[in-house]
Amino acid sequence: MTHATVAGAHRHAPPQGFLRKHVFSLDHKVIGKQYLDLALVAVCTGMILSWLMRFHLAWPETPIPGLAKLSPNGAAGGVITPEYYLSLMTMHGTIMVFFVLTTAPFAGFGNYFLPIQVGAEDMAFPRINMMSFWVTLVAFLVLISAFVVGDGPPLSGWTAYAPLSAVGKDAGPGQGVGQTLWAVSITLFCVAQLLGALNFVTTTLDLRTKGMSLARMPYSTWAWFITSVIGLIAFAVLMPACILLILDRVAGTSFFIPAGLVISDRLQPHAGGSPLLWQHLFWFFGHPEVYIAILPGFGIISHILPVFARKPLLGPRVMIACLVAIAFLSYTVWGHHMFLSGMNPFSATLFSVPTLVITIPATIVTLLWIGTIYGARLRFTTPALFCLGFVSVFVSGGISGFFLAQPSIDTYLHGTYFVVGHFHFVMGVAAMFGIFAATYFWAPKMFGRMMNETLGKWHFWLTFIGVYCVFMPMHYLGLAGNVRRYSAFTDDYLKPLIPLHRFITVAALFTGAAQLIFLFNLIRSRFRGPQAPDNPWEATSLEWSTTSPPPFDNFGGRPPVVERGPNEYGIGSGARGVDYGMQAAAARVSAR
Amino acid sequence: MTTVASSPAQPPGPPTPAAPPVVEQPRPRPAQTGVWIAIAAISMTFAALTSAMVVRGSAAADWRHFRLPPILYLNTALLLASSAVLEAGRRRVAAHLVWVTLGLGLVFVVGQVVAWRQLAAQGLFLATSPSSAFFYVFTALHGLHVLGGLGGLGYVLRRFDAAGPAPVPALGAAALYWHFMDVLWLCVLVLLVLRV
Repeated sequence: MTHATVAGAHRHAPPQGFLRKHVFSLDHKVIGKQYLDLALVAVCTGMILSWLMRFHLAWPETPIPGLAKLSPNGAAGGVITPEYYLSLMTMHGTIMVFFVLTTAPFAGFGNYFLPIQVGAEDMAFPRINMMSFWVTLVAFLVLISAFVVGDGPPLSGWTAYAPLSAVGKDAGPGQGVGQTLWAVSITLFCVAQLLGALNFVTTTLDLRTKGMSLARMPYSTWAWFITSVIGLIAFAVLMPACILLILDRVAGTSFFIPAGLVISDRLQPHAGGSPLLWQHLFWFFGHPEVYIAILPGFGIISHILPVFARKPLLGPRVMIACLVAIAFLSYTVWGHHMFLSGMNPFSATLFSVPTLVITIPATIVTLLWIGTIYGARLRFTTPALFCLGFVSVFVSGGISGFFLAQPSIDTYLHGTYFVVGHFHFVMGVAAMFGIFAATYFWAPKMFGRMMNETLGKWHFWLTFIGVYCVFMPMHYLGLAGNVRRYSAFTDDYLKPLIPLHRFITVAALFTGAAQLIFLFNLIRSRFRGPQAPDNPWEATSLEWSTTSPPPFDNFGGRPPVVERGPNEYGIGSGARGVDYGMQAAAARVSAR
Repeated sequence: MTTVASSPAQPPGPPTPAAPPVVEQPRPRPAQTGVWIAIAAISMTFAALTSAMVVRGSAAADWRHFRLPPILYLNTALLLASSAVLEAGRRRVAAHLVWVTLGLGLVFVVGQVVAWRQLAAQGLFLATSPSSAFFYVFTALHGLHVLGGLGGLGYVLRRFDAAGPAPVPALGAAALYWHFMDVLWLCVLVLLVLRV
């Protein structure tokens, strides 16, 4: 096969041997799948932790078989102690936010599809890309090693608020080695994501194929690009913050620990530090992190919805402008996580206003999706259903955000299940629906096999109903004053709420079990599914111009030439029933 | 460019003959772009640390001022000189000048370690005072980035040795990063002089 000469330093030869091909691969497609595999392992771990927590909340006295073996101290006799409950909560949050919601939609699908969608053969720096994945994997292993090392996992929450996170083992089980492992893990994760984001931005800016102007980039590419810009700034702030935290813990410095702090009857040998400083540094990262989790979902939905609506996305330029506006505003709102931190009440107002302003682009985006499906002859495939589900849960979760943005209302609701319901809907479940939509949509391209539609629809409906049963009642619990982070509800005013907690627990167990359908479908279709054609969904972007799965260099040595934007749906009647225009004419390439 | 209205569902035709020779166009330089993006991220890291230093400085009255070790100014001169040498090396695409830069960079790192030892000899350790803590954090983090730059220079030198054309884009990117290390160090030094 003759390869067209492509200038640029990023070309590398096809790999030889198993290790180079599948393990230490430089190929962005393999690395993307490795990220997705890691996210799958992480999400199963995180979900099992949530099951343990939910079970304990509903039946706090009932032992959980086998748990005593995993943690003889945290769950002696199988009953979770309050401290161990907090450990499970911390690990659930950390694993889900960092190793699922960041790795899957952004690093995973972004790695696989961003280079293909801009017509490149690979990322700009394949070696850095590989390093990024392996550092992420090490970060994950360091984190979960906290389950077996020392006194168990840390218990200061995924936000690791100082001084609890900074003082060491006096602060409780897991606050010794476990919390240090947490901080090391997150530092490594920041480094990995910075390397990844560097690749994403450079690839988007410099490796676009001929004719792929910025305006012609698919919306998913735009979203990954904007997300990586957010990530470059956010992780660059969390990393030094974690380094300072580690120094407070192991080197005796006092960045975050104030003077005269007595914990477990012991005066801490630190002075002068500022706990608020940690909160500021953390949330300066933490709020943009919410958008790192959800913006790829925005892009994925905007990319997939028009395919099944057979209509162009409404207001494509407005969509991009909104994504950019959200990215910019995400850096002005971090203080809304700190209304109760004791910071100046005037700054609470200062952070409340941009928080309300950021709902405007988010609302416009939602209206653009709804406008896109308005009057469309929707093809109700599984990815389309998950897109609609995404819009639904995003709206449900987003609306409660309007309330929480007001400092006065937040004062009451902040420590309650209202916030738990809010963020699980708007960033957790919504991002998961984005991941599911992306999986059903792109699995044919990634594996060359179609996933089963019937199982997919069962999976969607059970999950969709399930998550509403789990997270909607939490809003009522919060309004009723049900505090979060408690391991059991023994107060009189909380006891009447326990039946609702039992309902949530049962719903959570069922919804989790419904994910087995997805797992079965994923694994079965990987080997037994019908062969996928190159363009099964009749979509327009470049990944559908190449084979399923794409060859090593994505386009068989013939870089595509882009002739139009990604939004050419519903054009003309089409002599052969063709109602769309591909970004580049389909080029037949021989696989591998 | 002209837009060609072609049918999306093109039948699989025979592979088109080899494309006509492509006229060389000014290509984007990913290495250079990558370094600019890294510069943005690194700046953000140091900005975060700077704001942390300001906040921590005003959080309590335990800030202990001390005189910076004078060797820092010698190190500064070395780093600036190394940058000038590298710039000359970049313009002439001369490997031996890159070697000189590598050497000067290593001496800079050693000089920074000497500065640490002098400070430690005065009894100023990481945990002694927030001022010394920030001094060590800033210099260590900058030093790590300088080591990364040295790694980049080593990569460029390896490419010089390999067959093929001189690694002009890589050299340009490495030089850009190295100059940024200068600018970053000057910012850190001014900050330390003013606050520590």
